[in-house]
Amino acid sequence: MSDLLIKAMEAPDNENIPELRVGDDVTVHLRIVEGDRQRIQMVRGTIIRLPGGGNNASVTVRRVAANGIGVERTFLMRSPLIEKIEVHRHAHARRAKLYYLRDRTGKSARLREKRLN
Amino acid sequence: MKALLGYKVGMTQIIQDDGKAVPVTIVQAGPCFVTQVKTDNSDGYEAVQIGFGETKERRLTRGQLGHLGRLKTDDKHPERKTDSGIPPVRHLREIRTRSGGEYEIGQELTVEQFAEGERVDVRGTSKGRGFTGVVKRHGFRGGPKTHGQSDRWRAPGSIGATSGMARVIKGTRMAGRSGNEKSTSANLEVVRIDTDKNLIAVKGSVPGAKGSLVLIREARKAAKEIS
Repeated sequence: MSDLLIKAMEAPDNENIPELRVGDDVTVHLRIVEGDRQRIQMVRGTIIRLPGGGNNASVTVRRVAANGIGVERTFLMRSPLIEKIEVHRHAHARRAKLYYLRDRTGKSARLREKRLN
Repeated sequence: MKALLGYKVGMTQIIQDDGKAVPVTIVQAGPCFVTQVKTDNSDGYEAVQIGFGETKERRLTRGQLGHLGRLKTDDKHPERKTDSGIPPVRHLREIRTRSGGEYEIGQELTVEQFAEGERVDVRGTSKGRGFTGVVKRHGFRGGPKTHGQSDRWRAPGSIGATSGMARVIKGTRMAGRSGNEKSTSANLEVVRIDTDKNLIAVKGSVPGAKGSLVLIREARKAAKEIS
């Protein structure tokens, strides 16, 4: 009963987010408000972890930016700022947290593709 | 003085339109009913008594039912107050007001009297912790763990002198029962209100266990603007 009352206050699931898996190559469409202008920023990268569930579910996306600098951003999945998330490619990941990617660059930082039916 | 009784439901986070996640406590508050109005003339002070928590009529004593105006007049009690419109309620609490005259008996109070963004105080009874030591109860630091010490990790240290003041001063903080006492979380922001389900979400934590009775009222001290 009380759980239902708490749910009534929480945000609904974002319908523009498909099922995500660790290792996926994704683009996050992020709504950015600058003054009274709005624009969409794209963040492309690999999902290295999916912490939390339900109302608190979030996703951490890692990409290697210019000069080989790693950039990780974490998004709350039910945030109204997330326009949508596109999945480009699934990968074969043998663990739930891909922190080892932080220590790797180049060829060793690749993930084997996994095709889903 | 706006006030409301409710049950603490639990905590969660609410994601605002700007993407910020705010920690909130949800309270199921009201509907409350004004059960008695006290004025300077009748009682020497201004207050209003409100009732909350609908229950079954048979769970209340006749005295309580009479107070709520739910008994009929008969030969012995021709003057009894009746038909106040108050349902049988479990909890009664009195709230001091500047003038009780603004309320009338039977009046229904709901979360609608509060607005989002408003500041409120929430009173409740903190969780009982039982007999606790001085480190947990009063935040003492305990003794050193090393340098040849033994059995001194969580000890209170000295509680007084010997001959100069050969007694322990009253009120010295020691181990004992902790928690289960009235506590107020002041100046909490009302983040969201659900008028259909009588829910109110306030920013931050609120004393007491889930399901415990809390009193929400207008903040007594206005919050300083943090910009």
